[in-house]
Amino acid sequence: MSLMKRISLIFRSKANTALDRAEDPRQTLDYSYQRQQDLLVKVRRGVADVATSRKRVELQVNQLEAQASKLQGQAEKAISVGREDLAREALTRKSGLTSQITDLKTQHAQLQGEEEKLTLAQQRLQAKVEAFRTRKETIKATYTAAEAQTKINEAMSGIGEEMGDVGMAIQRAEDKTAQMQARAGAIDELLASGALDDVTQPGGSDDISRELDALSSGSDVEAELARLKASSQPQAIEAADDGDILQGEPEQAESASDATTTDEGRA
Amino acid sequence: MIIRILGEGQFDVPDEAVTTLNQLDATVEASIEAGDEAAFRIALDGLLAGVRESAAPHEEGSLDSSDLILPHADATLDEVRDLLSGDGLIPG
Repeated sequence: MSLMKRISLIFRSKANTALDRAEDPRQTLDYSYQRQQDLLVKVRRGVADVATSRKRVELQVNQLEAQASKLQGQAEKAISVGREDLAREALTRKSGLTSQITDLKTQHAQLQGEEEKLTLAQQRLQAKVEAFRTRKETIKATYTAAEAQTKINEAMSGIGEEMGDVGMAIQRAEDKTAQMQARAGAIDELLASGALDDVTQPGGSDDISRELDALSSGSDVEAELARLKASSQPQAIEAADDGDILQGEPEQAESASDATTTDEGRA
Repeated sequence: MIIRILGEGQFDVPDEAVTTLNQLDATVEASIEAGDEAAFRIALDGLLAGVRESAAPHEEGSLDSSDLILPHADATLDEVRDLLSGDGLIPG
């Protein structure tokens, strides 16, 4: 027997046994309708769950991209101050991030695909449930018990097939989301541990930027010194005229120390 | 003839397309028996593409059962084996 035929037979018999049958056919209809409503709620929740996962991955991609561009900036700065070793370190870290970003983007596309599939499944089920509700009322109102049984069987197997399909879609989406959440959790942990230096944390600083800061503040001091040395000779002659400016300074220093005291008092 | 592709819904397939689809179906079946994942992927893609090309979506609000049911487009060989064994098919 063909593959298509075999799957259909098995699927249908499973779908039928999954539907509970009550003694009164009308109860069967109502009970099945209730199950359909439950499934609709479940599929809606599934869509929301996948969307949440997708947004989480999006956020992580943004964080990692910000970090990668920061490392790029650090590499450029390191080269400009002649520290090839630091530039190499920054670029090495950046390439590690780049592969993470590529992975996450693949996951993001998969999640988006799952979200679209589930949304469509939800719409299909919604349409069938609506049709079932109408059919249910018609059957209840119009037919004799014997006729009703036939009509009920038709409606039930039609909806049962759809419910089986949607149930599987939810299961598959849940499985995929669970896998991705595990990976997303691992990246969150990496970010939290500081290994990737979460740039969203204000004041966060890594060893490369500390060294570059030290380098640039060192070179700033040298530059300032050189500038002072170069201008010290002519300024010494004019120094006497700058008396007003120099007198202003002790006041500033006083108010600064006041502020410090106040701060300490608060602390 | 109504064919359901799992995860995609039902399609109305014209009778004249059925012979071609049966051939494609036999290829899928052979790849499953051989346990050849690569051949299976190509064969399943071909079969589903054949259905989508020849068919129109079945009316949304109908409660009709399908004559034939086909696996998900991204189903693995193992998943199809599960479908055929009838285990873990319909959750709940």
